[in-house]
Amino acid sequence: MKVLAIDTSNFTLGIALIDGNQVIGEYITNLKKNHSVRVMPAIDTLLKDCDTLPKELDKIVVAKGPGSYTGVRIGVTIAKTLAWTLNIPLAAISSLEALAANGRYFNGLISPLFDARRGQVYTGLYEYDENEQLKEIVADCNILSSEWATRLKEWKRPILFIGQDIEIHREALSEVLGELAVFVPYSLYNPKPSELAFLGKNKEEEDIHLFVPNYVRMAEAEAKWLEQQENQKNDESER
Amino acid sequence: MKQEQIILGIETSCDETAAAVIKNGTDILSNVVASQIESHKRFGGVVPEIASRHHVEQITLVIEEALQQANITYEDIDAIAVTEGPGLVGALLIGVNAAKAIAFAHGIPLVGVHHIAGHIYANRLIREIQYPALSLVVSGGHTELVLLKESGSFQVIGETRDDAAGEAYDKVARTLNLPYPGGPHIDRLAHEGTPSIKLPRAWLEGSYDFSFSGLKSAVINTLHNAEQRGEEIKPENLAASFQQSVIEVLVTKTISAVKEYDVKQLLLAGGVAANKGLRAALTEAFKEVPGVELIIPPLSLCTDNAAMIGAAGSILFEKGKQSNLALNGNPGLDIEAF
Ligand SMILES: [Zn+2]
Repeated sequence: MKVLAIDTSNFTLGIALIDGNQVIGEYITNLKKNHSVRVMPAIDTLLKDCDTLPKELDKIVVAKGPGSYTGVRIGVTIAKTLAWTLNIPLAAISSLEALAANGRYFNGLISPLFDARRGQVYTGLYEYDENEQLKEIVADCNILSSEWATRLKEWKRPILFIGQDIEIHREALSEVLGELAVFVPYSLYNPKPSELAFLGKNKEEEDIHLFVPNYVRMAEAEAKWLEQQENQKNDESER
Repeated sequence: MKQEQIILGIETSCDETAAAVIKNGTDILSNVVASQIESHKRFGGVVPEIASRHHVEQITLVIEEALQQANITYEDIDAIAVTEGPGLVGALLIGVNAAKAIAFAHGIPLVGVHHIAGHIYANRLIREIQYPALSLVVSGGHTELVLLKESGSFQVIGETRDDAAGEAYDKVARTLNLPYPGGPHIDRLAHEGTPSIKLPRAWLEGSYDFSFSGLKSAVINTLHNAEQRGEEIKPENLAASFQQSVIEVLVTKTISAVKEYDVKQLLLAGGVAANKGLRAALTEAFKEVPGVELIIPPLSLCTDNAAMIGAAGSILFEKGKQSNLALNGNPGLDIEAF
């Protein structure tokens, strides 16, 4: 079974082709460059190098976010359109879960993270169980890194932080967690698309037409609008 | 040999997710538009991030619907035409990447289309274009006069120096507390009032350029001054006066360009082309220029749609234009250079 995995949620542009239990090819860059221009040529190059035609694909797996809104949308749009037009299943994996896979042999909990500006991160908590399956412990969320560190401290277990944005939050996390905070080396900063492919290989399929990214955060305009509605309601009930 | 040319058109530049199938550049086999207008109404305008999110929700559904209605398979499609710009960049990216994915999956040629070229070629779905032709493009983001010396060639001979006509409509509508989008409301009100209030016209002599910001300010000042003096101004009359000022400038400049460039047709294009006042004034004015055909597309082809992108794509594809898988959304795409 040939699976094509696509991850464009952050700076990393990752494409992988696996066949059964074998990784056939991976394309990874970590550049501040426009994903929209580069994803389809990358898929084209990888499939050609691997002598695989689009019609030979059996499944598409996509990193569904969180991450850069535009980045996630580019990957999701390409993935859902490919799956729909080739009439093959689509599976979606959290972009954080895909990154958490870099912590496979860590004895403790895993906190993959992306910077979300103003002291915040997108993160979640994961752990490999006894069958070497990655399990979600705390669902993906958008939280201040200092607050996240305080919550993590209650676990009283070593926490592995993964992602190139740990540079931005290292101090805030270490301050609270001390020696419980462990940070991956540079070579494990970025998600591997082959891990994404294996995570999605046996995952149940999405309803392709209805599938949308998991932004985790509401669009700013919508959040403001809801807040206004809420205030109006309160004003009226006070009267 | 295959006789027919089939183009799949895709458009996501603003707040409509659209797909269409066009035969031979002139026949609409399907034309599907999913509008987001209801979602943006509460914000009083299009919110780019929300627009992009809706496009992702709709894109495959809309394209599937267009293919089904046209009753064609991928083997029938000669090219996929997609709006590459101008527009909201995040919105453009959804259509562009969906188009690239389909083109790649089935080995179908891809053609990037300029959104305004699309609006102009919506006219070809009504009548075969005869060159040279002139197009008056009026929409929320554009007010320009475009000369088409031959098929697929675009020369902007005049454009707005500040606000687009549609933008001025929306701003004046907001001042009059009319709901979004304001254009149709002003048009409706204008028909109930008389143009009794004196408002300026920016002629910009010796140029085919336009300017509407002075007019917009004049409307706001008129309302403000009346309020201070405690006078009441009838919104119908203000709307009628504003509309008359906009239309007079548009029509007068169009007619003189039609004469100067000796064109065979005038092609009305863009969302504001739905304006009844503008349609009526143009029809009236063109009685004075015999031999020049005025083409006004039906409302459904004036607002954003993908049939127009397919129609323009058909011309470009015939001329040998093709895009590759690196095609990007280009919010500032230039119609003369694309
Ligand atoms: Zn338009």
